[in-house]
Amino acid sequence: MLIFLALALPLCGVIGVSICRRNPNLREGFTLVVSMTLLFVVLQLLSLVMAGARPELILLEMLPGVELRFKIEPLGMVFATVAAILWPINSLYSIGYMRGNEESHQTRFYIFFAVAIAAAMGVAFSGNLVTLFVFYEVLTLSTFPLVAHKGNKMAMLGGRTYLGILLFTSIGLLLPAIIWTWTLAGTTNFIPGGILTGHIEGGAITLLALLYLFGIGKAALMPIHRWLPAAMVAPTPVSALLHAVAVVKAGVFSIVKVMVYVFGLDLINQAPGADWLMWIACFTLIAASLIALRQDNLKKRLAYSTISQLAYVVLGAVLLAPLSITGAALHIMAHAFGKITLFFAAGSIYTSSKKTEVSQLDGIGRRMPYTMTAFSIGALSMIGIPPTAGFISKWYLLMGAFQVQQLAAVTVIVASTLLNACYFIPIIYAAWFKRESSEAILKYGEAPWPVVTALCMTAGLTLLLFFFPGRPFELIQQIST
Amino acid sequence: MISHHLPALQVVVPLLAAPLCFLLGRYRRLGWILSTLVSWLCLLIALQLAYQVVDGGQIHYAFGGWAPPWGIEYRVDQLNALVLLIVSGIAAVMFPYSWNSIQNEVDPEQQPLFFTCMLLCLAGLLGITITGDAFNLFVLLEISSLSTYTLISLGRDRRALTASFQYLIMGTIGATFILIGVGILYMLTGTLNMADLSDRIGNIGESRALQAGFGFLIVGIGLKLAMFPLHLWLPNAYAFAPSVVSAFIAATATKVAVYVMVRYLFTIFGPEFSFSAMNIHWLFIPAGLIAVLFTSIVALFQRDIKRMLAYSSVAQIGYMLVGIGLVSTTGLTAALLHLFNHALMKGALFLSMGAVCYRLGNTLIDNMDGIGRQMPWTMGAFVAGGLSIIGVPLTVGFISKWYLILAALEQGWWPVAVIVLLGSLIAVIYVWRVVEAAYLHQRPDQAKTVKEAPASLLVPTWILVLANFYFGIDASFTVGFTSSAATTLFGAP
Amino acid sequence: MIAFSLFNYWIVIILMMAGFYTVIASGNLVKKIVGLNIFQTSVFIMYISMGKVIGGTAPIVTVNTELYSNPLPHVLILTAIVVGVATTALGLSLIIRIKEAYHSVEEEEILAISQQEDESE
Repeated sequence: MLIFLALALPLCGVIGVSICRRNPNLREGFTLVVSMTLLFVVLQLLSLVMAGARPELILLEMLPGVELRFKIEPLGMVFATVAAILWPINSLYSIGYMRGNEESHQTRFYIFFAVAIAAAMGVAFSGNLVTLFVFYEVLTLSTFPLVAHKGNKMAMLGGRTYLGILLFTSIGLLLPAIIWTWTLAGTTNFIPGGILTGHIEGGAITLLALLYLFGIGKAALMPIHRWLPAAMVAPTPVSALLHAVAVVKAGVFSIVKVMVYVFGLDLINQAPGADWLMWIACFTLIAASLIALRQDNLKKRLAYSTISQLAYVVLGAVLLAPLSITGAALHIMAHAFGKITLFFAAGSIYTSSKKTEVSQLDGIGRRMPYTMTAFSIGALSMIGIPPTAGFISKWYLLMGAFQVQQLAAVTVIVASTLLNACYFIPIIYAAWFKRESSEAILKYGEAPWPVVTALCMTAGLTLLLFFFPGRPFELIQQIST
Repeated sequence: MISHHLPALQVVVPLLAAPLCFLLGRYRRLGWILSTLVSWLCLLIALQLAYQVVDGGQIHYAFGGWAPPWGIEYRVDQLNALVLLIVSGIAAVMFPYSWNSIQNEVDPEQQPLFFTCMLLCLAGLLGITITGDAFNLFVLLEISSLSTYTLISLGRDRRALTASFQYLIMGTIGATFILIGVGILYMLTGTLNMADLSDRIGNIGESRALQAGFGFLIVGIGLKLAMFPLHLWLPNAYAFAPSVVSAFIAATATKVAVYVMVRYLFTIFGPEFSFSAMNIHWLFIPAGLIAVLFTSIVALFQRDIKRMLAYSSVAQIGYMLVGIGLVSTTGLTAALLHLFNHALMKGALFLSMGAVCYRLGNTLIDNMDGIGRQMPWTMGAFVAGGLSIIGVPLTVGFISKWYLILAALEQGWWPVAVIVLLGSLIAVIYVWRVVEAAYLHQRPDQAKTVKEAPASLLVPTWILVLANFYFGIDASFTVGFTSSAATTLFGAP
Repeated sequence: MIAFSLFNYWIVIILMMAGFYTVIASGNLVKKIVGLNIFQTSVFIMYISMGKVIGGTAPIVTVNTELYSNPLPHVLILTAIVVGVATTALGLSLIIRIKEAYHSVEEEEILAISQQEDESE
């Protein structure tokens, strides 16, 4: 029942928002109320799952033997909780941002945002591959109007790349992978330990794993990462949705879920060339960091940083050690909180000063102290420096890598941490310690209060996760057992 | 008592209503109301028939009391009950739609003719589906074809005339080929009843004449169902016919032809002969795959959206041929499912284009910039239909693709699966072209502002759209029906 | 002897090919219809020939005859002839309207005009 509520609530939001489209205050108030209610529902579910329950719901039977089935397990709970926590904050931020920048079509924006959240909930709670796929596609389609929101030439091209790559990979690779799994195992339900054991062997495992790895294009493994920078044309709250709340998280979450509940760690370990899966992740990790170094556009730099951070999660999944899986799940959370802070900050800078390039940020810390403090916290979390959440997740990833004695992976994680530092530290330095160039005539201060409040909240969450990792950790521990 | 005669009534009612419609002449609205009621009656009859055979039974009906094989037998099993449902269901949606739609597209004095021909076409298609007699099938085929030629020529554009003529030539050649094939079968077996034919063909053994008859029939039916490369008549015919006609024939006529193909291959010749002796799947799979790729790509370059949809139809027929050519129960299920599903999606797409045509006067993509805001319901229907063509989950297109790929993988023919997927990816592009034009382009300032289409056009369109979603979310009815039909077809000796 | 007994069928084949060729090769729409007619007629002859039983009389029940021709194909072909007439009528009326619209019955000229229209859209 609660599951159904979690799926239906955002859709209620859609109806409410479209009814109140004439009155912006009512419309946005409604969004906030619905998102808070959803958070409440998800927290109820969380306490159930923490207590060891595994709620289940079968909505209907799509095909004989293929149901729309939902089943909550710890990993999905992590993802759902993150999304549910961030939705109200993001809504608050959107109100400030959309009004501050006088964006058009705001009703459409809130409607599709709510649909995307519903889809994210569906992905998180899905109990079999088909349900996962259904909501994965709904998520892709509902975010397209958001990405192409501005409706100009750039937005259209960006939207085209976004939709093109995501649909291409999901229909072209993920769907056959799912059907293949179905022909092999006769089921697509997620079962701890995997469903493929005994049905497949040898090179076919590697091939199937590759289909999944690239088919889930939302995880942005190279070379199918292009949609993520292309989607940067979207308004900032959408970027936050893409990078932190729903889309890329849905991608890496799906990969981890497939590795753990479809293949099972033991099976993947036997596959010839399992190392290759790891190398793909490592390559993406390093290459994306290198590209990020060269970006001057702040949002683009953040986008490439996301690609490399996602590769951490994928790496955690394909290292196939219980500890690294824990690390991957933790990193989903840590990255969500950290990256949303960074995007909020970038949007805040844009709203008040219209600056988009890294080279323009000299001395901005004095003018926007809250924004830049939050930005610094987010950046430290990306690098993995205490006292931020990123430290903990990287710690577990490293432990996992040691556990299976993949020294190469250890090296890559360390190297990329250095690279992360290389592209974030200069921004922080410039913001706080360099002098503002004398040409600046535009006088500006902090962004509107909803924006600042939202980004302080997410920065706070990043710190909180470091100091109180106990509860989430307990939850994640349940995955491996 | 009357229920005993349902199979005959299914065909006779629209057949008798047709001249009545013509006699009503000037009272055009009355003619429309009559034909709408008739189409609903047909749907009721089809539902009743389907209900009777849902458990796998058969209905035999001897026409005029002459027992087969002397008289003509009508026979309903699961396979044609499904096709009857599609044809009459689509008709029941199209007739209410037609009134407003043809006001702009057909001259008033020709409108009685329009309804007459629509009813004749409906009678012909239902007859082809229900009949159990090979020659009767030919006659009904010609009834539906002749009325279709007339309907196409009613289009306002003068190119409709040439399109109709081209279709007439190719359609008649196809029908004559079928006639030759039936003649040869009659010479070999001495019967025209399908059930008897299938019994006796099994005893003939290897015979050159049988092979020739098979060839004539395949080519003849292939022309009718627009099997690649025999599809050349189709794009122009669909593009220049009045919108409601395009929608009707796109959703039904080719589907019925696919049904005839399945009926001949499986019931009359038997899978043993068709696939083991004649290896017909080596024709179907390449032809189907080339159709999927080639015509999808051609569709990309069309500026008239109706013609684009027409090319896409040829591609979709390619999927059905591939499904048949996979020679497995799953493959045949996929083909039959797609037959049903494609009728729903193409019907919805053509109807939404009909609504665009009603307001804009044509369906050129250049004129559609920015109409998504002005006609939200119409274009919403187009997007939904487009998603279905692509095969996005929760739509019927997904169910078809799922089964088709499943069948290909079961046989281990993964390149087939790859091409099927490639086809739906190309569909993404051509559907998205329209979506971008309608929603993301700005409406040019000098362009006239358009209003949303009237409810009489929108309601039928959305009925089909909702059917797209309903059967996409809960496919147990269609899958159950088609898979048991497929099993029967393979099981029959 | 065998070749001669299949005389009808040779005629069928010749007519069929001649008609088919005319349909495809002729650019004049009227000639296409003529070709189509010849093509159909050949099939009619095929049906009529197969009903003939050598030595049989017309299928009317009388006292002395035992052997008579098969009436069924003849009846069938009556229907087919009607269909053929309808097709021809429809085809010819279409040609009249094409002539009104394009002022030509030559396929090439009509195609050229249509193509222009396609491009000017």
